[in-house]
Amino acid sequence: MQGKALEWAYEIEGKDFRNAGKVSSKVKEILKELGFDPAFVRGVAIASYEAEMNVVCHAEKGTLHFAILPEALKIVVEDQGPGIPDIALAMQEGYSTAPAEIREMGFGAGMGLPNMKKNTDELNIASTVGKGTVVEMVIRPPLPRE
Amino acid sequence: MQFWEVKGILEAEVLWEPVDLQLEIEIAQAADLMSDVLSQSMGGELLLTGLVNSQVIRTAEMVDIKAIAFVHGKRPDEKTIELARIKGIPLLTTRLFLFEACARLAMRGLTGSSGTIW
Repeated sequence: MQGKALEWAYEIEGKDFRNAGKVSSKVKEILKELGFDPAFVRGVAIASYEAEMNVVCHAEKGTLHFAILPEALKIVVEDQGPGIPDIALAMQEGYSTAPAEIREMGFGAGMGLPNMKKNTDELNIASTVGKGTVVEMVIRPPLPRE
Repeated sequence: MQFWEVKGILEAEVLWEPVDLQLEIEIAQAADLMSDVLSQSMGGELLLTGLVNSQVIRTAEMVDIKAIAFVHGKRPDEKTIELARIKGIPLLTTRLFLFEACARLAMRGLTGSSGTIW
């Protein structure tokens, strides 16, 4: 990690529950192969998966951009979807607009955004109702042991 | 306790056996809400659940669940079992209900993610 940026971008299909999680699985595999700390990799995978599931559950489609920067890891998930009318409300634990079919799959408990916040150092959300949402997450890896 | 002891206690059928035949299970979590698993798991648990869709395997993969036991005699479809094979997550299915499965494991010494029960 000496000044060189590594970047990837993956498409996410809305309502494709069979493949939901594939992108975050790739993110996790890349970080594991690069030798990052397992606890760090786990936190990134959880945040990435929560964001990916939000696209699958709510949006038509989206893209996950994933970059390893010199001092941090950045994930940007942008989607074309309904958008979030009240972001502060969506950040509250337990608040959810997920329909029954998503709750039956074990999601939609209103824990996604709070859990992304818990597993990241920075979480920024920008949304336009009727157009889509951009979620930006920055996660800093633990300092390497000397 | 070892994975095989869990199998015996739950009178379970193995749907996919662990690569490591000595696999040790030290803690467990029971949930049908994958949102709860994603937010509460410490990693390394046996997950007991009544959900059988592919998102259970994906969730387990993300949080480093060691093994999954499906309760109520439920079985995931072949594609979901195949995903668990690819991800190296062993699977059990037991006819016991969730409470009974948890109680049996707790009585034999398995604890929850917080490390304490009593």
